[in-house]
Amino acid sequence: MTTQRQAGATRAPAADGALLRLRRISKRFGAVQALSAVDLDVHAGEVVALVGDNGAGKSTLIKAIAGVGPADDGEIHFDGRPARIHSPQDSARLGIASVYQDLALCDNLDVVDNLFLGREQTRGPVRGVPIDEITMEQRARELLDSLAVRTLRSVRAEVGMLSGGQRQTVVIARAMLGEPRLVILDEPTAALGVAQTAQVLSLVGRLRERGLGVVLISHNLADVFAVADRVVVLRLGRNAGEFPAESRRQQAIVTAITGADSAGSPDEAANS
Amino acid sequence: MSASAPGAAAPDTPDAVASGPGSGLAAERVSLRDAARRLAEGELGSLRVLLVLVVIWAIFTIANDRFLTAVNLTNLALQIAAVGTISIGVVLVLLLGEIDLSVGAVSGLAGAVTATLSVKSGLGAWPAIVAGLAAGAAIGLLQGTFATRLGIPSFVVTLAGLLGWQGALLAVLGSEGTVNITDPAITNLAGTFFSDVVGWLVAAGCIVTIALATFGRRRRRLAAELEVEGAAVIGLRIGAAAAGILAAVAIVNADRGLPLALAILVGLVVLVEGLVTRTTFGKHVFAVGGNAEAARRAGINVARVRTIVFVLCSTLAAFGGILAASRLLAVNQSSGSGDLLLLAIAGPVIAGVSLFGGRGSVWGALLGALVIGSISNGMDLLALESSVKFMVTGGVLLAAVALDAVGRQRRQAHGRL
Repeated sequence: MTTQRQAGATRAPAADGALLRLRRISKRFGAVQALSAVDLDVHAGEVVALVGDNGAGKSTLIKAIAGVGPADDGEIHFDGRPARIHSPQDSARLGIASVYQDLALCDNLDVVDNLFLGREQTRGPVRGVPIDEITMEQRARELLDSLAVRTLRSVRAEVGMLSGGQRQTVVIARAMLGEPRLVILDEPTAALGVAQTAQVLSLVGRLRERGLGVVLISHNLADVFAVADRVVVLRLGRNAGEFPAESRRQQAIVTAITGADSAGSPDEAANS
Repeated sequence: MSASAPGAAAPDTPDAVASGPGSGLAAERVSLRDAARRLAEGELGSLRVLLVLVVIWAIFTIANDRFLTAVNLTNLALQIAAVGTISIGVVLVLLLGEIDLSVGAVSGLAGAVTATLSVKSGLGAWPAIVAGLAAGAAIGLLQGTFATRLGIPSFVVTLAGLLGWQGALLAVLGSEGTVNITDPAITNLAGTFFSDVVGWLVAAGCIVTIALATFGRRRRRLAAELEVEGAAVIGLRIGAAAAGILAAVAIVNADRGLPLALAILVGLVVLVEGLVTRTTFGKHVFAVGGNAEAARRAGINVARVRTIVFVLCSTLAAFGGILAASRLLAVNQSSGSGDLLLLAIAGPVIAGVSLFGGRGSVWGALLGALVIGSISNGMDLLALESSVKFMVTGGVLLAAVALDAVGRQRRQAHGRL
């Protein structure tokens, strides 16, 4: 495993510096071995791209990290300490935020309301009354400014009127409200146009600048090379190689994804 | 939105002032022209229904010179109090994207419970009213629980309720089939009129409260360096509200005075509008109506929100039923049946509350009831037959919904590139 330290790491690192360290993560669905002893390291201030063909186990792996589908076996270390992730709450408590590819926004609400959905700010002694619109709007502005989001004309715009890229920006910004230390992005640029993809990727870059660890799942290697530091390839539920995110490695990465040339990967005999 | 605006900040211009806090220029742009555009695109649903109302009133005024008199308009207020109250609950359910077909039956049953307890059991007026409301709340809890916990569509659950509670009404009324209400405390709900002085004091209090709240909000936003509406828009809005309130009080004072029933209806509208716009619960209602899955993922207890809304809806329906009983001085086997249910749902829809959830205002309950009530009242004055009344009301409903659909299409065409 590469343990190259990233310049952006700001938090006090553990012995080997990894913010999240997964070892021998396994998961079985009935007769299907979805993950077999997968390892993954994510450092603070590092974008790790998780790539692989359909069914390679990417989604299963991030569900294990997010607590949506806990792993059967294996070790998880967060910030150098052993961690147990059995529920989404466990994951959130550690400081892990997950952003899924299907956009979870309310089209009829504005940007501020969507950002604060489920954690509305209120003022006054009674719980839930009244809503503090002003504080919410200010915090929303601060948050979007700190992420250098300049594509939203008004934080009071209805989310249903926004473009796909703007909506994805809102979703990612919402994840940032919980001040996470690790962000998992599942296909954040799927179904986006060129300019909108660039918006979202530059936002991912700013998450790194803030010292967050980022796990980026993507099918698009161009996106991966644009923003990731490291590429981890999964194939048939196993680690199938790890590469620096450089476009000249594209051929090697594609080979690892498809398994066309098995010289470097020991998993040719993997079960289905 | 910004995607289509020529002046919108491009993503690669770092110095673009997109939504910079405290930019005074942006404040001036929220202007009258903006409001006119939003009206055209159907965003200001309340204003549009006011225009519809003006047209209807103009037609009936031309057709019959008794329509626009203080006596008739006061009668109109009394006529819409019950259905308007029921519509408030319907708005809440519609905001969730659900429907409650049982509101008519529940209103009749609650009226019967209150009347029977008051007349036959000799209970005091207020305990009887509370019992009627409690019956409504219990029904809402039952229907809400069935709809949420068992995942049965609310349409079906409340359709069963529509039948079942009508049966319960017959059972409560017993063999006689009619209960005449004698307790003045109940009949006074619809029969009380305040003196002129009280009417003017209420009007002054409302206007001062609106002005203080509006300017207070503007001051706090300015202090927080947030965008504010232009002074012209604010002045216009306060002026329009003041004019409306003063005109309404002047009209009712020219007759018997401000009716308690109207004060109750408007008070409930303001209260529930505050609940949905100013509280966490209200935000959650809109969120569930907009995208229930997103709300669930955001940690909102969707089943709880839905159940509470069904309880509120049935309780408001019960109160509407008690108001209706108070006005008719009796409860009988046809209480809460007939077209009451359909009018209570049609009103908010005419006033722009979406049937698909997540869009609308509680004011739609009042405005919708006014539109439907005016049509019914005006055609009664013209001595038109029920057949014509039903067809015209249906036509207005269809026209309102069609207008809404056109507005939504225009909005989408302008909003998305």
